[in-house]
Amino acid sequence: MDLLLTFIQKAIGQGIAILFGATGEIVTEKSGNLNLGIPGIMYMGGISGLMGAFFYEKNVANPIPLIGLFISFLMTFIVSALGGFIYSFLTITLRANQNVVGLALTTFGVGFGNFFGGSISKLAGGVGQISVKTTAAAFRASVPVLNKIPIIGDLLFSYGFLTYLAIIISLSMTYFLKHTRKGLNLRAVGEDPATADAAGINVTRYKYSATVMGAAIAGLGGLYFVMEYYGGTWSNNGFGDRGWLAIALVILALWNPNNAIWGSFLFGGLYILYIYLPGLTRATQELCKMLPYLVTIVVLIISSKRNKHESQPPSSLGKAYFREER
Amino acid sequence: MSKDIVLLNKEPFIRMVKRDSITTVKAWFIRMIAVILALIVAALVIVAITKQNPIEVYLGMIDGAVGSKRRLWVTIREILAMLCIAVGLTPAFKMKFWNIGAEGQILMGGTAAAAFMIYFSDKLPSGILLIVIIIVSSIAGLIWGIIPAFFKAYFNTNETLFTLMLNYVAMQIVTFCIVFWENPTGSNTVGIINSATKAGWFPSLFGNVYGLNVVLVLLLTTAIAIYMKYSKHGYEISVVGESEFTAEYAGINVKKVILRTMMVSGAICGFAGSLIVSGASHTISTSTAGGRGFTAIIVAWMAKFNPIAMILVSALLIFMQQGSVQIATQFGLNENASDIITGIIIFFLIGCEFFINYQVELRKKSKEGK
Repeated sequence: MDLLLTFIQKAIGQGIAILFGATGEIVTEKSGNLNLGIPGIMYMGGISGLMGAFFYEKNVANPIPLIGLFISFLMTFIVSALGGFIYSFLTITLRANQNVVGLALTTFGVGFGNFFGGSISKLAGGVGQISVKTTAAAFRASVPVLNKIPIIGDLLFSYGFLTYLAIIISLSMTYFLKHTRKGLNLRAVGEDPATADAAGINVTRYKYSATVMGAAIAGLGGLYFVMEYYGGTWSNNGFGDRGWLAIALVILALWNPNNAIWGSFLFGGLYILYIYLPGLTRATQELCKMLPYLVTIVVLIISSKRNKHESQPPSSLGKAYFREER
Repeated sequence: MSKDIVLLNKEPFIRMVKRDSITTVKAWFIRMIAVILALIVAALVIVAITKQNPIEVYLGMIDGAVGSKRRLWVTIREILAMLCIAVGLTPAFKMKFWNIGAEGQILMGGTAAAAFMIYFSDKLPSGILLIVIIIVSSIAGLIWGIIPAFFKAYFNTNETLFTLMLNYVAMQIVTFCIVFWENPTGSNTVGIINSATKAGWFPSLFGNVYGLNVVLVLLLTTAIAIYMKYSKHGYEISVVGESEFTAEYAGINVKKVILRTMMVSGAICGFAGSLIVSGASHTISTSTAGGRGFTAIIVAWMAKFNPIAMILVSALLIFMQQGSVQIATQFGLNENASDIITGIIIFFLIGCEFFINYQVELRKKSKEGK
């Protein structure tokens, strides 16, 4: 029982970073932009939050956890939105190819993260690893009182606030996309920008804001990872391929943020399943780590084979829209 | 409402007009400006971070990339690997099949090469072993390429996401194999394979360790350039790329073209795997592909599939990468600085294509024209 409880807790812990990324990517893809730069943006978000907290804690004698939290949150938000802006500017205004820009942004972002993560403490004149214990503790603080309830407390209330924020964002994004005028407009832009344009929707503005917002949300996944999961330190490439898993989760969730919530827990579980499955050898462990990707491929094939309208990617996904070229 | 009408009557301040044509000289001039601007921006970033003289930093880069004979050849070797992958991706992209799975196809090819180096080094004479290695690694890449192509052709499964996922499956296959191949035991790395016998290694040619790499890659590049430009297959690929419907009306079997082209594309990427494993590193790890599969996409796209341009673009990017490794050690930064600089250059190069394809007109100017 204890083992199962730990497994679920760890699975959720793994899943939240992916959930932020997937929710951000869903919002982006709904505007017709396939942003393959999300993995890079998550690195950028993570490191900038960490740097914000680092410089705050370094320059203030008695850092107040809440201010550190606020600064790092803001830094992450701004820098990842900036990443989304670079992507938007190149693909929407300069009409460059989305896949190429996305991949370039990922190269850039991962390099950005590892570069600053590896050398920021040295550049600032210190030695060793960056560590922002005070701020990280604020991120890691779980729900008071409620977390003391046996089992339920561990299962539901033992996480930092970003976990709940991730779920709230996903739920509200689903509501936004399905039940608000702006959300419907956004989906129209993603499905058929020419028709949306004819209906008087400002396609460029929707594409920009969805991509920038999506990037900012995804960046929080990086922040979650360095703060709550790592406890305020950096390890090069530590974030690994979770950014790509986030893009995979978009497929699994069939472009619905609500599905992404349970999907992220499933992915988190699959990601660490090899630790908990008894009787695995070192070799079979490696095969077990393939599971999240194989599951995604199967979902991708099934959903394309069933060809159901609701479970398809937005039809203009990956295509640029130029008004003159209709 | 009336405000909207006023806005509609107004001509926008800036207008983008598609250019009918642009001279090659002008196009390359614009690209040169982009590269120079990128280098300036990168220099500003370097100064901001390191507080070093940027000219010194760039001199350090040149020294790192081509400063000695050994460094020069390592740079050439890396350019060749990048070129080979970009060439492999070309047929797929020309068909508008977004194969971002080169990474996985390289890894599968590399794994096959490593497997034959390990298991057949004492069973086959070295000349035959090398030929076998090249063939099996191409087949391994081919298989990895044909899986997403099959589902694309028959179920219209999104190939971008499919090939992306296959990269990570391939990566796990590599770590799976490393468990059996690790040397020394417990190191979790394969080490240099056949370091004593050199079985399955590319032999020196013209007295140079990488001579064979040069010959093979240049032959392959020429062959694919001819294949794309002058063969019936190449023509079919570009028709399918332009419009699947047109292709169907013209009596082209679209499914067959998709499958065949991805076989070619995957096989070349698989071959690139053997080029890296038996022609360069002589080992295998999850970083054997090392992001080359992704960078090659950018190379192929920016070069517009022109083989000469592909050589230039890969040379530029590899030059920056190799140079950055040097300045990293020289100035005590870490080697990821190269990714930042590469990223900046790519952003500028991608962005400048817009100014090659479009002309920006200000409002006043366009009115005078009328």
